[in-house]
Amino acid sequence: MNVKERNFDVIVIGGGHAGCEAAAAAARMGAQTLLLTHKVETIGAMSCNPAIGGLGKGHIVREIDALDGLMGKVIDQAGIQFRMLNASKGPAVRGPRAQADRKLYRDAMQKEIFNTKNLSVYAAGADDIGWNDAGAVSSVIADDGSVFSCKAVIITTGTFLRGIIHRGLTIEEAGRVGEKPSIKLAETLYDLGLPMGRLKTGTPARLDGKTINWSVCSEQPGDEVPQPFSFLTDKVIVPQISCHITYTNEDTHKIINDNLDKAPIYSGQIEGTGPRYCPSIEDKVVRFADKSRHQIFLEPEGLDDDTVYPNGISTSLPVDVQEQMLKTIPGLENAKILEPGYAIEYDYVDPRSLKQTLELKSREGLFLAGQINGTTGYEEAGAQGLVAGVNAALKALGRDDIFTIDRSEGYIGVLIDDLITYGVSEPYRMFTSRAEYRLILRADNADLRLTQKGIDIGCVGQGRKDMFLKKQGQLDQARDLVKNLKMTPNELENLGIKVNNDGVRRSVFDLLRYKDYDFPLLEKIWPDLKNIPLDIKEQIEIDAQYSGYIDRQMADIKAYRREDNLSIPRDMDYTKIGSLSNEVRTKLETIKPETLGAASRIQGMTPAALVSLLRYIKREDNLKKSA
Amino acid sequence: MCGDMGSDTIFALASAPGAAGVSVLRVSGPLALQGFQALSKKGDITPRQVVYTVLKDPENDQLIDQAVATYFKAPYSYTGEDVIEYTVHGSPAVVQKMIDVLSDMSGYRMADPGEFTKRAFLNEKLDLTAAEAVHDLIQAETEAQRMLALDQLGGSLETLYHDWAGNLSKLLAHQEAEIEFPDEDMPDGVDDAVIEKIHVLMADMSTHLDDQNRGERMRQGMQIAIIGAPNVGKSSLLNILARREVAIVSDLAGTTRDIVDVSLNLGGYPVVISDTAGIRNDHSDKVEAEGIRRAIQKAEEADLKIILLDATTMQDGDGVSNTMADQDSLVVINKIDQMENFDKDNDRFYVSCETQEGVDTLVGALSNKVKAFFDKGGHQPVLTRARHRAHIQDSYQYLERALSADLPELAAEDLRQALQALGRITGRVDVEQLLDIVFKDFCIGK
Repeated sequence: MNVKERNFDVIVIGGGHAGCEAAAAAARMGAQTLLLTHKVETIGAMSCNPAIGGLGKGHIVREIDALDGLMGKVIDQAGIQFRMLNASKGPAVRGPRAQADRKLYRDAMQKEIFNTKNLSVYAAGADDIGWNDAGAVSSVIADDGSVFSCKAVIITTGTFLRGIIHRGLTIEEAGRVGEKPSIKLAETLYDLGLPMGRLKTGTPARLDGKTINWSVCSEQPGDEVPQPFSFLTDKVIVPQISCHITYTNEDTHKIINDNLDKAPIYSGQIEGTGPRYCPSIEDKVVRFADKSRHQIFLEPEGLDDDTVYPNGISTSLPVDVQEQMLKTIPGLENAKILEPGYAIEYDYVDPRSLKQTLELKSREGLFLAGQINGTTGYEEAGAQGLVAGVNAALKALGRDDIFTIDRSEGYIGVLIDDLITYGVSEPYRMFTSRAEYRLILRADNADLRLTQKGIDIGCVGQGRKDMFLKKQGQLDQARDLVKNLKMTPNELENLGIKVNNDGVRRSVFDLLRYKDYDFPLLEKIWPDLKNIPLDIKEQIEIDAQYSGYIDRQMADIKAYRREDNLSIPRDMDYTKIGSLSNEVRTKLETIKPETLGAASRIQGMTPAALVSLLRYIKREDNLKKSA
Repeated sequence: MCGDMGSDTIFALASAPGAAGVSVLRVSGPLALQGFQALSKKGDITPRQVVYTVLKDPENDQLIDQAVATYFKAPYSYTGEDVIEYTVHGSPAVVQKMIDVLSDMSGYRMADPGEFTKRAFLNEKLDLTAAEAVHDLIQAETEAQRMLALDQLGGSLETLYHDWAGNLSKLLAHQEAEIEFPDEDMPDGVDDAVIEKIHVLMADMSTHLDDQNRGERMRQGMQIAIIGAPNVGKSSLLNILARREVAIVSDLAGTTRDIVDVSLNLGGYPVVISDTAGIRNDHSDKVEAEGIRRAIQKAEEADLKIILLDATTMQDGDGVSNTMADQDSLVVINKIDQMENFDKDNDRFYVSCETQEGVDTLVGALSNKVKAFFDKGGHQPVLTRARHRAHIQDSYQYLERALSADLPELAAEDLRQALQALGRITGRVDVEQLLDIVFKDFCIGK
């Protein structure tokens, strides 16, 4: 890659999932963007398990896609087993998920990055950040001595801050296995005096698939017809394969119990907090002692790659204990370990030091996205990258507006609001239950919720825009149609449809609310309905299925927005409000909430403090108006 | 019923709670005028004019009170919505009756604290800077107010509500676990267990909402039965009680064959005292035997029994009086004027219906019993209790809806609403707490 331009609008440090989305989003916005990564070959690498999506996470991928991001398109070209989770449940809690071929994923991602207009890639580590006299970001200094000037920087370096790998009682400093942590950039960040915390996560051993006895494991095939993630993908053409399932047993558990003294999480060697939802196998065995077996998903890492990711037995026990464990598990008796499992501890920046745009409150032009903010998961990282990328571009291009998604618009909004309001106490991962408006924030309607917003801000390309506007038009038309085609109970009865004979005319939409009536049946009565495209019919059926519930959530959203729209000035001087307690003032000063709604969600906030705050803002407003 | 901001018509007592000369109830919302028409049977009302009217329960045309009402037409009202203010007589019974009747109106619910002010603010009727009342706006949903209300509840109720909230959190967490982790090796029958536990919780709530029909009693009066052997002075005692100044006899109807009911207002509370047939150990007369059977049944159903004995004979009617003496009874010895010397037992009351000796003491004790009955569950004001009741009723209705929801995520949504309704008494339960339960109860994690 030849970098001709040494002046950029936006520089993204790190080529992981957050970095890729950030760089591509900034470039789509029209900002001259540089992606700085120490190894071009690892752009888009999946360093943990080879899968995208799931409950909540799949929703996020659809939202990234609705904003013309990369992840959805890329996994559609790399997915080797697609499954719609919760297919038997309702549409709001169905989560698309796909196993990825690591290589295909990485290649597709790199292709996207290299083919994005306004985006350059340079292979070097970042050593330092330069500041202008006003204390804002002005340049990035690479480890080869190159200096790139810029107006905004997005750091997406994952778990590199004081990263420590634990494997039994051995400790090793590292970012990921085989990659040295970026010490100098870490020092730059520590020098900024940002609040930090420590987290822990782990991975299982990688196995050689050729040494697994597949015949004793149960097969888990994917969906017959893979449903793509991207609204732009018509059909998945990658060959599809199965995963397999096996289980631990009492013998495995005995080995673990006998070796607990060598487990870093029990020896006190690890100080970071691990995720509740992703416990290591030693944790599961100790906490759920009455469970006689634990499930292991054997996930292939690629079509022509024999590496297998045994999902469910992440561990930091010593390598020899890992080997003994495997010998007890059906199908894995002779499995060869390609890379032993390990736990990694790292520092993260308390995300409460960020604005809604993911810019640091204390450093103009410096944005953070991804795992560095205490999250886990490719999807959560990508979403932050996208939001940071758009906002960094807005800043660099000198535009006054900001791009934010609120809790009622998308999971991305829930994610960012949770992070900047509550901070994290374990690696943050999305769950659908985090979304109070879950019935509206569905994977199927992510485009209807967000694409127009993306078009308005400028991060959506022409192709997607045309497609979306066409769909929106069809939907509006179809919604009118189903509400206007009506019949009286008598007319319906003559056609064999029985409803309460109250003289009230029923529309197609009214009838769709009943379980017994669907489009195929109603099309016999109203042939016009046949012209509605399938995906539009699906939206209307969901509206009907959830009606009542959705009306309620819409009313809640209205109330939420009214209260969340009272904004607090950025330069608010909390010392001027006399009636605040020290504790509350410190909290407000640290978190610097951007709206009254956000302030009210801060833990320990008292009503009296909110009232004082509101009064003060209003008085200042009035003073300004009369001045 | 279930709190859609802006669409519901809300009401609350606008004057201080407790007995007073008059009490003011404020109603605000789109159905305010319609409600007035239903209560007053008046077709229309001129805005900003004080109107005298009789208020009747639209359900049964029973008289509630004579009142005056004022109509403030939107947007020229405090909240910016249609507002009706009712000024009624300041008795707890009348206010409670009004609250009950308004609660039963469709589209009506009790206002949250500060909700009128909040609506005024949202309708841009209030200049925030000037309005001290904005205090309420924020406090409406706050912990501070909730804690205050909860403190008023006192020990046992507080524990009960917290237990429910705990159980409900667990239910919701388990429902969520089934939704969030389709790939996990979840134990069988979690969803069935959830349904079963919803039923248990609903049964508990329902029993509690019945709370010995205290709400019903507020409307109809606490039931008191006077029982005893024939000729011990039951009718005399009833007459004395009915004629006391503290007791206002409102009607003297409903005479059944053997039982005479008298409705009184004792210390501001409605009571119904029943004079029953004398009980004796002689079943030869079929008609009398039926009267006795009814007297015993009446006594068993009563909220309070006055067991009356004759001091001269101490005859206690087939021992029934004795077997019935419990904490919900007062044992009264009559005709003490006919005795020279006798030993007094501290637990009993000694009166003479003839000379009225001891009657004051008895009436005092009776009033205390009545007050305690209506106040059961702590000294919470009528309004706080009504609010708690409304939240529990809401919660119950959402649970009911959860059972009929045909999709798990809709059931979860109903459970979440049920928990939120209860949370208005016990404090909000956040997602992190639910997730804690999920990961504590289930081994989850790939």
